[in-house]
Amino acid sequence: MTDPCLTFRDLTLGYDSHPAVHHLDGRVAKGSLTAVVGANGSGKSTLMKGIAGLLTPMEGGVVKAPGIRIAYLPQRSEIDRTFPARVVDLVSLGLWPRRGLLGRHTAQDRADVGKALQAVGLAGFEKRSIDTLSGGQFQRALFARVLLQDADLILLDEPFNAIDARTVDELIALIRHWNGEGRTVMVVVHDLELVRRNFPETLLLARREVAWGKTGEALTPEHMLRARRFHEAWEDDAPWCETSDHDHDHSHEAHGGARAA
Amino acid sequence: MIDLLYVVLIAPFADFAFMQRALFGSLLLSLGACPVGVFLMLRRMSLSGDAMAHGILPGAAAGFLFFGLEILPMTIGGLIAGAIVALGAGAVSRFTVQREDASMAAFYLISLALGVLLVSMRGSSVDLMHVLFGTVLALDNEALALIGGIVAVTLVVLFVFWRALVAECLDPLFLRSVSRLGTPAHFIFLGLVVLNLVGGFQALGTLLSVGLMMLPAASARFWTSRVEPMCVLAVLIGFASCLSGLLLSYHAALPSGPAIILSAGVVYFVSIMFGTRGALRARAIRHRHRIA
Repeated sequence: MTDPCLTFRDLTLGYDSHPAVHHLDGRVAKGSLTAVVGANGSGKSTLMKGIAGLLTPMEGGVVKAPGIRIAYLPQRSEIDRTFPARVVDLVSLGLWPRRGLLGRHTAQDRADVGKALQAVGLAGFEKRSIDTLSGGQFQRALFARVLLQDADLILLDEPFNAIDARTVDELIALIRHWNGEGRTVMVVVHDLELVRRNFPETLLLARREVAWGKTGEALTPEHMLRARRFHEAWEDDAPWCETSDHDHDHSHEAHGGARAA
Repeated sequence: MIDLLYVVLIAPFADFAFMQRALFGSLLLSLGACPVGVFLMLRRMSLSGDAMAHGILPGAAAGFLFFGLEILPMTIGGLIAGAIVALGAGAVSRFTVQREDASMAAFYLISLALGVLLVSMRGSSVDLMHVLFGTVLALDNEALALIGGIVAVTLVVLFVFWRALVAECLDPLFLRSVSRLGTPAHFIFLGLVVLNLVGGFQALGTLLSVGLMMLPAASARFWTSRVEPMCVLAVLIGFASCLSGLLLSYHAALPSGPAIILSAGVVYFVSIMFGTRGALRARAIRHRHRIA
């Protein structure tokens, strides 16, 4: 196995003492392309936030390869689309890792913004106001921003939600292109067919890891059933998880099995 | 005709030093407060600005309680109280489940009650009116210097943190993922809001100073869809409102603070109706469209 880009060490992430990602161990290889799959509430987005450093682990941690740059694309709903900005303003945010707060945007930078827009098929959209973009166009603009960030590790959280098939194909092509450039990419995806066709690695989550490895081996019917059975709701009276006790997972499974929908 | 224009527009300022100082002070205020107001609006924190303005009151009132109607103690008191409200409410919304609007409302109601109570302990209802609605015609050199300093600080900070402020409004999660500036930018911005409200408090009072911040910004929103022109336009609207408000108050013997804010209010209503992104225009262009 090549060098790890990310190493999860007993990673537990969550909110209000309730874990959303529970004791995750493992490594993401440099240059790998991984789909993160799981039901709603299974901790996919939380894991992404944890890797991006937006959420402090409750336990354990994420070890990143030294010096890597991360680009994180959250779910679309978290952006204020009524903000008075043009497409070029939105995409230029991607220059932040390069120029920071005060660095001037050079002619080269502006040319790069243009190239990024071209790469996602939005050439000529520079001056359009972002509230006039369709869902697919907006997502392309965000991909252009990711492109501009020139990151070693790219995290995409449900980038294909409410996107039509043609755009999905084009975005997938971009992702594969990034991966071909040696970048590590992790994508939260719901469409299993899409995963099987395009992602070599899959991490199947149900709060904890259900399966992680080659997509064909991870997405077996047996694993899918186990992933589907997990109990999404928090329980206020759930027993406290003891760190050293590695049998803790079974209690969750028991809950899930009893109330499987 | 020229004479008439002179008498109406120029003479009040040429003849009276207090009018000059009022004009100079209020124009300065617009220069700082209006761009801050634009960001306040874009962050959907317009009402928070109102809340913070009330938050200044108990501090200013405490200054009044101990030192009388002196600008420096009241300003410092206002600054401290405003900072406490802004930081407190900001912290509550950042670190707990409660949204900013709720925490702001809680902090400001408490502040308002406390402020009115404090002023009433020593002063008359006239003093209370001064604190609540300001006295732009009584700006002395000390007050002007204070406003000038606040405006200078505001413009420098806006210039330096511009990119972070825009990113924090547009896509806060993105900013947090590429930089640690998100939270500091938020609090620096809240600091600017308090600073400008305190600057405006002497001229327009704690209740109205937020008007010069919000109304021009809200009006400018109807005319442009980019941040930079919006800030410039807001400042210009602020200038016009101050000028017209002061003239109105001079000729019609109206209280000057409300006259300024009402002038801005007129611009606001005109913008709603006739702005390029306003109500009438939106109806007018519905009937015409391009083929692609």
